[in-house]
Amino acid sequence: MTTTTEVNHDDDHHDGEHHEHHIPYGIKRWLYTTNHKDIGTLYLWFAFIMFLTGGAMAMVIRAELFQPGLQIVEPHFFNQMTTVHGLIMVFGAVMPAFTGLANWLIPMMIGAPDMALPRMNNWSFWILPFAFSILLGSLFMEGGGPAFGWTFYAPLSTTYSGDGTALFVFAVHIMGASSIMGAINVIVTIFNMRAPGMTWMKMPLFVWTWLITAFLLIAVMPVLAGAVTMVLTDKFFGTSFFDAAGGGDPVMFQHIFWFFGHPEVYIMILPAFGIISQIIPTFARKRLFGYASMVYATASIALLSFIVWAHHMFTTGMPVAAELFFMFATMLISVPTGVKVFNWVATMWRGSMTFEVPMLFALAFIVLFTIGGLSGLMLAIVPVDFQYHDTYFVVAHFHYVLVTGAIFSIMAAVYYWLPKWTGKMFHIGLAKWHFWCSLVSVNVLFFPMHFVGLAGMPRRIPDYALQFADFNKWISIGGFAFGLSQLIFLVLLIKACKKQGEPVSAQVWEGAEGLEWEIPSPAPYHTFETPPVVK
Amino acid sequence: MSNKQVQTNNSKMVMKLVAIVFGMFGFGFALVPLYDVLCDLTGINGKTANTAAIYESVEIDESRLITVDFITRINTGMPWQFSAQTRRVKVHPGEMSQVDFLVKNPASTRIVGQAIPSVSPGPAAIYMNKTECFCFEQQTLQAGEEMLMPMRFYVDPQLPKDITYFTVQYTLYNVTSSAEPAEVIAMNRG
Repeated sequence: MTTTTEVNHDDDHHDGEHHEHHIPYGIKRWLYTTNHKDIGTLYLWFAFIMFLTGGAMAMVIRAELFQPGLQIVEPHFFNQMTTVHGLIMVFGAVMPAFTGLANWLIPMMIGAPDMALPRMNNWSFWILPFAFSILLGSLFMEGGGPAFGWTFYAPLSTTYSGDGTALFVFAVHIMGASSIMGAINVIVTIFNMRAPGMTWMKMPLFVWTWLITAFLLIAVMPVLAGAVTMVLTDKFFGTSFFDAAGGGDPVMFQHIFWFFGHPEVYIMILPAFGIISQIIPTFARKRLFGYASMVYATASIALLSFIVWAHHMFTTGMPVAAELFFMFATMLISVPTGVKVFNWVATMWRGSMTFEVPMLFALAFIVLFTIGGLSGLMLAIVPVDFQYHDTYFVVAHFHYVLVTGAIFSIMAAVYYWLPKWTGKMFHIGLAKWHFWCSLVSVNVLFFPMHFVGLAGMPRRIPDYALQFADFNKWISIGGFAFGLSQLIFLVLLIKACKKQGEPVSAQVWEGAEGLEWEIPSPAPYHTFETPPVVK
Repeated sequence: MSNKQVQTNNSKMVMKLVAIVFGMFGFGFALVPLYDVLCDLTGINGKTANTAAIYESVEIDESRLITVDFITRINTGMPWQFSAQTRRVKVHPGEMSQVDFLVKNPASTRIVGQAIPSVSPGPAAIYMNKTECFCFEQQTLQAGEEMLMPMRFYVDPQLPKDITYFTVQYTLYNVTSSAEPAEVIAMNRG
């Protein structure tokens, strides 16, 4: 491991000599940039800011639920907090973070000089801040922001909502357009820009999982756009898609929404599978076990995601035959998911494991995501779902798969590739504090939710029966601790962006393999202008 | 591959992907009629037909007795009183029977109402054949007016054997603001 080449690349702003065009300084650099690394950075910072914003709303929710009774906020504001927390975390934090990672990594992993459509790339990022300004702005409108849950079920969103719904609809349209553009860019890049010799089955799994995710995105984001459009016209223009009095059907809203919504949850977890499949082999110092089966498992999960949507609606009064179909189809998904978990464990089996910070997050991901998967399997069982539906058990389930799943994988990815991006090792002490504080607090936060859920505490309600008081106190304490732990991450990231820390080699991690580890650290502003040849 | 070649390939692919995006946007809206057709065929959303059935040469199945319950609901923003004169009937499949519903408009203005039926369990819906129903059209009541609305129906003898009991619910919606123009003109005259 040598550190011979990185010195020249330390500060990209000033060494324009081997690039024909000049990089603008200051804000213009970021506004006009078409460079995949700059846009990746923008996406990641945006996602982190949104993560803290959505997290602050979660703190409001947990403060209100700290004890029974209403003490801090009004129920209507509480509803806005749960709604906007969900929307921000899904569309503002998790999805842009994955898109940011895709921007940074996919060109470097497949040996491409940039994304295929760099100008569209700039555009797809820069419409996001507008979308979220509109959404957050609606909170200050008369009547408040959206308060109908992130799932915006009709008639809550069509009949019983304020005028801010129009802002919500436009914000979702813009977010959707951004995701669709990002997805198109990823697909075109992967299809057309691979280096010579980078065949399909040589692509790193992160690239594979993102390719499949991108197809899911272009298939379902337009359906979401359709659903919000119908809500808009039902509310403001007198149509009755979801209004029974005019011949519509409110249950149809749920079908259309979840036809988008279920693939959406895989959009938020498939790239995570890719990240874990990159990290585990590095620190186990073994090749990934069952590469091909990983690819096929990802594709099967994506296909199955289109035929399970109604498991979100078991209590709407479906015929038994439909309930059975959706129950078994849902349970079927645990097979390819099980293949993945098995492959990760088999990769570690008899490996020379070390426990650097990215590996710690990856291991926590495997254990905690599997807990979330198991509670998901429980929810798939129809008679059981009748009891669990709309309780905190569901909240526990999807926070295990999204926080300790998707978000832990994003943190693992940031720790894994951050030294490659900055050229400096991050502050390991802070990183370990961040990991252990997050790990303990996230379980104090979400694990007791299983119990209060099983005991019947309903979700999305600002008050609860006295019997749930003790558990809720613990949950809130866990929540505050988890929130504070993320400030450690913030400090660490600021230090990393100031390029503090020990210089790292090109390979960074001893066991790391792949094209991105063959270019110097930090990654030069332009990479692979002449494509590498992959053997 | 030359740079130009890559550019052409890229734009071809973008065109295809954009076509998929528009196709899926259309598919979202196509789900609306698809859902209606599927529900008409199977009755899974509990909706009965909104046109009159014709009662002729229907065999009466004396071997079975079906219990049908009637419940009424008033939607938010509807001041009418609404109740079924008969709460429960026991009928043989194929046998004609009549249930009357009483509505009263206690408000001081004319109101147009629309009743929407819903059958539970859903699969029974397509076997609930109505030859006459107030729910087929909008109803107008003057201030203080009272009306007895008849509903005549028979249960299709094809009703699956495992269904012995079902509930029909009518929800009354206030549709005065969106009532058809003819209705409004009639109201103003009356």
